[in-house]
Amino acid sequence: MSNLVRNTIRFILFILVQVYILHKIPPLHRFIVPYLYFLYILWLPFSMSRGWLMVVSFFFGLSLDYFLVTPGLHAAACVLIAYVRPFLVNLLIRQEGAEQSYGAPSINSMGWAPYFIFVLVLTLLHHGYLVFLEWMQFGNFWYFLGKVAASSAISLFLVLITELLFNRKEKYRTNAA
Amino acid sequence: MRNIFLFIRRYFNFLFFLALQALALSFLFRYNKFHEAAFLGVASEITGRVNDRYNTVEYYFKLKKANENLVKENVALREMLRSNYQSADTSRQIVVDSIRVDSLRPFQKYVYLDARVVGSFVSTQTNYLTLHRGADQGVKEDMAVIGPMGIVGRVVNKSSNYATVMTMISRQFKVDGKLKNSGERGSISWDGVNPRFVQMRNIPKSVKVVKGDSVLTSELSSIFPPNILIGTVDTVLSDPSTNFFHLRLKTATNFSTVQYVYVVQNKQLEEQQTLEKATKNTNE
Repeated sequence: MSNLVRNTIRFILFILVQVYILHKIPPLHRFIVPYLYFLYILWLPFSMSRGWLMVVSFFFGLSLDYFLVTPGLHAAACVLIAYVRPFLVNLLIRQEGAEQSYGAPSINSMGWAPYFIFVLVLTLLHHGYLVFLEWMQFGNFWYFLGKVAASSAISLFLVLITELLFNRKEKYRTNAA
Repeated sequence: MRNIFLFIRRYFNFLFFLALQALALSFLFRYNKFHEAAFLGVASEITGRVNDRYNTVEYYFKLKKANENLVKENVALREMLRSNYQSADTSRQIVVDSIRVDSLRPFQKYVYLDARVVGSFVSTQTNYLTLHRGADQGVKEDMAVIGPMGIVGRVVNKSSNYATVMTMISRQFKVDGKLKNSGERGSISWDGVNPRFVQMRNIPKSVKVVKGDSVLTSELSSIFPPNILIGTVDTVLSDPSTNFFHLRLKTATNFSTVQYVYVVQNKQLEEQQTLEKATKNTNE
């Protein structure tokens, strides 16, 4: 499967799962909103330029927004993590040239600890910015902190489950292949 | 000039990032303020269709609950039939008015449209329903939406076949209510904590309120017909610093199971609003 086809299917699946499964769950608590959809942006290939990364993320977030009738909210958060992603990849990548040898960020290509930090930082950024935009309209500081913490914890848990369920085997690419 | 181009090229990614952020935020703020955003009409037509597909599955799981609610509503309506009322005093006779209902049409203030709920997102801070009725069927912005059990919300957006409704459990939603027993009016809004409870303010402490009292829409809310159930009093909190009660109401409508709703048009709304506006202008 080519990268384009795979990512298009993922785009649709992530939106549908987020809208029709995770947003249909009866709210456990007002602080907890189970977000998983942004994992799509984390899984985009290394080879994408930063500009394209942001464009794809923008439309990805916007399509979720139109389903949830919050135009621009998730798009803004997605663009932010798409912008920060390359910096983090550069910081956390294990060895020189791993970006060329592997397709996309994963446990395989980055190693357990760096990949966990990668997910953790982007999750916190995404949730922090999302709740911050909401917080500007209402709520107090404890609401902000509580919601970021609780939602991030749930998100990390969901990401862990997804990574265990869908083991993406990143092949080591050589010039011969 | 050359330096400017060099600058743009050097910081292209950052500038592009800022541009996309600005675009996203402008969508958001324009929507929060005026409830309109770019491509929302087209987008809600598409998302409405996807929601519709999903709903055909979900529909069956909620059918029992929807039926129960509709039967309850029928019972309530049946109790209002004239044949149920008979006075023991036979010296007075009830005369049936000979005016045909049709001839009353010009005086009908509220017009009801039935609509099916095809999408519901009730797990965030602003909660919406999608209805399978749109501009082509006569739905307009700011029309009231009521369900079989009580009020639901207000239409905020429409495309040609779908409409989105801001439910009562949204931060921006406000409705004027009154206590059924005493007629005392107060404003009702949601504090964002629990989707089954809304808050009612401005009820003086002199009024007797007990748990279980009904709260209805008041005559002051121009878009909702009066005397529609909003909820029942769950807890009465008395704030020592003011002379008002703070009531917690259990919403009459369960937003996660509502299947059929009525979109209500107030035919005399425009006239009322024009008059109120004119009065306001002359006073300024």
